Amino acid sequence: MIPAAAQPISVTRALTRSLLPVAVGLGLGLGLGQVVPTGTYAEKILFDIGINIILAVSLNLVNGFTGQFSMGHAGFMALGAYASIVVTYYGGFALFGDVGCHLNAQGYGLYFTSLVVGGLVAAAAGYLVGLPSLRLRGDYLAIVTLGFGEIIRVVLQVSYAVVEPEEMATVDWWERPLHLGKSLGFVHQGAYNSLSWTYAAVVLTLLCAYRLRESTHGRAFLSVRENEIAAEAVGIDTTRYKVNAFVLAAFFAGVAGALFGHQLGTGTAARPEEFNFMKSFEAIIMVVLGGMGSISGAALAAVTLTLLTELLRSVQDYRMVSYALLLILVMILRPEGLFGTRELWHFLRRRRP
Amino acid sequence: MTEFLQFLLKGISVGSLYALLALGYTMVYGILQFINFAHSDVFMLGAFFSWRLATWFKLIDPSPLVATSLLLAAMALCALTGFLIELLAYRPLRRAPRLNVLITAIGVSLFLENSGQLVFGKDPRSYPQLLAEHTFSVGGVNVRSVEVIAVVTALALMVALHTLVYRTKIGRAMRAVSIDHKVAGLMGIPVSRVISFTFVVGSALAAAAGVLVGITYGQIKQPADSSWVLYGLKAFVAAVIGGIGSVPGAMLGGLLIGLCEQFVGGYISTQLRDAIIFALLIVVLLVKPSGLLGRRAIEKI
Repeated sequence: MIPAAAQPISVTRALTRSLLPVAVGLGLGLGLGQVVPTGTYAEKILFDIGINIILAVSLNLVNGFTGQFSMGHAGFMALGAYASIVVTYYGGFALFGDVGCHLNAQGYGLYFTSLVVGGLVAAAAGYLVGLPSLRLRGDYLAIVTLGFGEIIRVVLQVSYAVVEPEEMATVDWWERPLHLGKSLGFVHQGAYNSLSWTYAAVVLTLLCAYRLRESTHGRAFLSVRENEIAAEAVGIDTTRYKVNAFVLAAFFAGVAGALFGHQLGTGTAARPEEFNFMKSFEAIIMVVLGGMGSISGAALAAVTLTLLTELLRSVQDYRMVSYALLLILVMILRPEGLFGTRELWHFLRRRRP
Repeated sequence: MTEFLQFLLKGISVGSLYALLALGYTMVYGILQFINFAHSDVFMLGAFFSWRLATWFKLIDPSPLVATSLLLAAMALCALTGFLIELLAYRPLRRAPRLNVLITAIGVSLFLENSGQLVFGKDPRSYPQLLAEHTFSVGGVNVRSVEVIAVVTALALMVALHTLVYRTKIGRAMRAVSIDHKVAGLMGIPVSRVISFTFVVGSALAAAAGVLVGITYGQIKQPADSSWVLYGLKAFVAAVIGGIGSVPGAMLGGLLIGLCEQFVGGYISTQLRDAIIFALLIVVLLVKPSGLLGRRAIEKI
């Protein structure tokens, strides 16, 4: 199918096309935070849903689009969470003289910076892990990423206790990044996150994933998934694209972790235990059930499974048993996932001509 | 020096358990080329089946006969479990992409863990003392009799497996299938039956490891505890280090991992030892992806 892009379109149309979804999406995301009252149960669930959408959609870049198999998503999430908390905790102290939450322009700026830093640190780690292991066969990547996630968790567990920011000056410079709170994690960081931040990030993740798939890079990802040897034969640097997908996914996982780490008062905090391999498995289940390669499928699976988790809280013991059975059945009966590579709107109307 | 010998002994004892587990991973990987994530749960089931039988029949007095029969019963039950897993979950996916099989394996693993939790409860169980416990001191090193027995049992099983794989007809069939299952099928080898048999043998070995863990430590964690999965993952690391698909490699790798774990835990940090084992995996994959005793895999088009 040759897209309409073969004919030039006017600048205004191009701009509307690319910026309108961002504006509308961001508006909706930010608006959601204003509508839902803070501190309610609904807010907590919506927050969990948002985080899971980011995780599932980003993991889909690797597991769905590129056909690789990463099992260490929780590790990148943990890195993002800790890196961003370091920024707001110590940075907040440097800016304001205390580590509480500051809901002013400076505070928002700081939080935004911390989200980006969290994402970048995770992305850098993704590069370091991905570059060597993506040269290997698919399932080695699975075991390496799983091991990597566990390494991150264990290392965080043996880090030193969090020090008061004012005492940080007395600590040797090389020891400073090691004060990450042992197995208790960070608990006194500012609760900067809100639904507006979360859903702004969700919207940006969804749009990035969508635009990416329609781009040259995205096509390259898909070609690696479909047939690596054929992709190589037509001149696609498969290792490079695999690493790219991996780094991008790690970035978004880092952002999700950063959002997660700044949501206090809902029983979630940046503890190493929160980021064990079950968290990665949950993200994998969402991607697989939703459809490997379907953005809306992964997002929808994230929403459904998060809601189901809440609804089935009373029969928790049976929940994982039924998820596991569902996973096996889907693999046997519908191996491409419920949506396959199709999107939600492909079901609503006929396939595009 | 005494300390060193103590860690060495402990390392051999833990390492022989890893080796038993690693054999299951390496055989399945050799034949089907996927990581059988459910293997660590079969291992867990081995411990719990024998625990359940022992508490059911109130076998609390130490006796070698009871211990042996429990070991055999657990092996038989887990062999059946392994057979059913292969038949119900993996066989329908024989022609599916490897990734799908991997995901199914994760599904089976989660299923066994969580249904195990439903059946056996959420508490750690104390494992009955099946063998009389003696501790004797050899040159200042404390040797526990159960550890010696565990190592000897593990070694005996490994020798038995080695004989099975290299000296019998079915073993030759297994090796043939692992080299190329299409050609093996053309030569008249019943490929499906051989694959089933591989699962049966691997699961029985995992069950033996599970029973030995119960006997050695006197306590077993609850079925969904992450330590079971970690045990399995480290055994897989052992299989990779030894050379995936290689039976002697898995034994060597298991021993190395056990020793490495004990020395790192003893001299550096107990908390960091898992991290160091996974780091070792990454290093081995970078430097020598085929492992110590593995064959170099050639990517066929």
